[in-house]
Amino acid sequence: MSEARDDILANIRRSLGVSADDASRRQIVATRIATAAKGLLPARGEGDIEKRIATFRAQAESVAATVARVAATADIPAEIAHFLRTNNLPATVRMGEDERLAALPWATTAIDITKGPSDGNDLSSVSHAEAGVAETGTLALVSGAHNPTNLNFLPDNHIVIIQAGTVVPTYEAVWEMVRARYGKGMMPRTVNFITGPSRSADIEQKMLLGAHGPRRLHIVIVG
Amino acid sequence: MSVVATSSRFKDNAHRALGDGQLQKALGNVRHNFIDRRAQAAARLPEFDALRDQARDLRDHVLAHLDIYLDIYTQKVTAAGGHVHFARTSEEACRIITDLAKARGAKTVTKGKSMVSEEIGLNAALERNGIEAVETDLGEYIIQIRGEAPSHIIAPAVHLNQEDIEHDFRRLHTWLPKDRDLTAPESLLAEARATLRAKFLASDIGITGANFLVAETGTSVIVTNEGNGDLTQILPKVHVVVASIEKIAPTLEDVSGFMRVLARSATGQDMSVYTTFSTGPRRPGDVDGPEEYHVVLVDNGRSNMLGTDFQEMLRCIRCGACMNHCPVYHAVGGHAYGWVYPGPMGAVLTPSLIGVAEAGHLPNASTFCGRCESACPVRIPLPKLMRHWREREFERHLSPATVRSGLALWAFFAKRPKLYGLAARIGVKILALAGRSKGRFAWLPLAGGWTKYRDMPAPQGQTFQAMWKSRGGAVR
Ligand code: SF4
Repeated sequence: MSEARDDILANIRRSLGVSADDASRRQIVATRIATAAKGLLPARGEGDIEKRIATFRAQAESVAATVARVAATADIPAEIAHFLRTNNLPATVRMGEDERLAALPWATTAIDITKGPSDGNDLSSVSHAEAGVAETGTLALVSGAHNPTNLNFLPDNHIVIIQAGTVVPTYEAVWEMVRARYGKGMMPRTVNFITGPSRSADIEQKMLLGAHGPRRLHIVIVG
Repeated sequence: MSVVATSSRFKDNAHRALGDGQLQKALGNVRHNFIDRRAQAAARLPEFDALRDQARDLRDHVLAHLDIYLDIYTQKVTAAGGHVHFARTSEEACRIITDLAKARGAKTVTKGKSMVSEEIGLNAALERNGIEAVETDLGEYIIQIRGEAPSHIIAPAVHLNQEDIEHDFRRLHTWLPKDRDLTAPESLLAEARATLRAKFLASDIGITGANFLVAETGTSVIVTNEGNGDLTQILPKVHVVVASIEKIAPTLEDVSGFMRVLARSATGQDMSVYTTFSTGPRRPGDVDGPEEYHVVLVDNGRSNMLGTDFQEMLRCIRCGACMNHCPVYHAVGGHAYGWVYPGPMGAVLTPSLIGVAEAGHLPNASTFCGRCESACPVRIPLPKLMRHWREREFERHLSPATVRSGLALWAFFAKRPKLYGLAARIGVKILALAGRSKGRFAWLPLAGGWTKYRDMPAPQGQTFQAMWKSRGGAVR
């Protein structure tokens, strides 16, 4: 459909009254993309790491996520076991091959682990987030060989681990991390920003949790 | 689902809506919930109004350079292994998608919520080709099984009550045991969730819309609360994005700025639950995600709007705030507008897309109170644009003679807000009588077919503005 493409672009130019070979317009666009300048950043998420974590936590809890904080990586399995027990869930979780998860001392608990993407029959999953955004209590997760995206959506209970040091003030700070890892202008297949558990208000505007995605989102902050 | 427009029958549609008690009950939810929640979200963020200015300026920048951004965006999608298809018209867009589906032998297609897919009539086109299209957003699913169009751009089933939905589920989900209790919204949600879970897992192609398309990275962005858009796009082998050409945002930073005004304006959330950035198909080594990624960019009249009085309408980020704040929408609901886009944004956009002959009456569906513009996150001057349409309709002599002369009288007041307010306060009945006796006000805000029942002259003897104030709205 390159004919359609040419027609549409030509019509846009005709409507705007511009020509295709106006170098100054191209320059303006190229500069904007190259600099990727930050716009106005809300002050809400700023502060030292403890302040950011406090904001992140308050925001996440305000949208019905639950949040726990553990001192060390070694404490994570026990916290997850506690979460499952408290919610009367079986001691089974599904996760990807992420090394950060594989390295945890799961043997200290009775949790059964299965690995890989879900077929839709898993009650609980565990993921590792790349960052948390303080301003809205938002988690940032990326797809990849070790992180099945469907674990963020199919199971009823989603447990997400996040390192305290990766709680950043704004979404823009996440993009800095993404560019540092994947390169300028490059993205993994999927970046998921997740803010609380799934919900719908489509029936008489009543907010109900667990529409298609998880009914529960439990965040474990480490460190 | 049909995209046959009944916009030209707005007045009849509105009459019917006003007499529909169930609808009126449901519309109460819009009035009470959306407005308060947005106001609270705005109040929680001191930078909100400055962010709106920024969003407006950025949308203007994108529109002024749209050809170049589309070029760069296309290159980036292609570089990431995706395919971009351009469609001049609805028919072209539907043909591209049905061809893709047929070539892959698709039987079932799941869909995330997409207004542009409603606009192009995609579901009907798929069905004509023997492909089952399943809407997965709860509200969209409900209206799909009812054979209706959405009545709101972010809350498609907002015109329905819980009993309506229970009735439809009983009628169509024939596998439901008779004694299954569906009287609570929770049980309806559970039923829909279970039904749609099976559809997600069996789907051959997932079709989503896009809230934004990022030129910097070739990324499509969807914003949802349910997670249905994500299940739609990660489970099937093929992900097709259908989006209109103006959805471009230059960079990820720019999307971030839009995100801060979108959910707050739409639902009063600080952030929607899921904001998902998708770039190309799954990468080598990825353990899930689609194997193919296609983007269908739909023009359908938009490139003609650039450089005209209506260019500003293309700033729209489809948040729904204008209809949430519109007294006419509150009174008649979304279906009265007769096509895909209701409320103030629909009153401006619909004539641009389907023509003034078909939809030129819609811009009359306004009290020109200005609430839509003051709520719009990208500050689209909706009343001004509606006025432009009225003037055009006037010039084209499409209006009946009585409307034309009435319009002149109306314009006299509209251009003098103080006088309009005063006249509305002290002279509502007189003006209405004068209008009726000359038969001139049939379309006009002071005694229009719908305002007669609702706003001015109000049964309690209040003016609309006084009533609005008593409902917690500010009078400008
Ligand atoms: S016109 Fe403005 S308020 Fe209405 S949907 Fe578009 S962006 Fe939102």
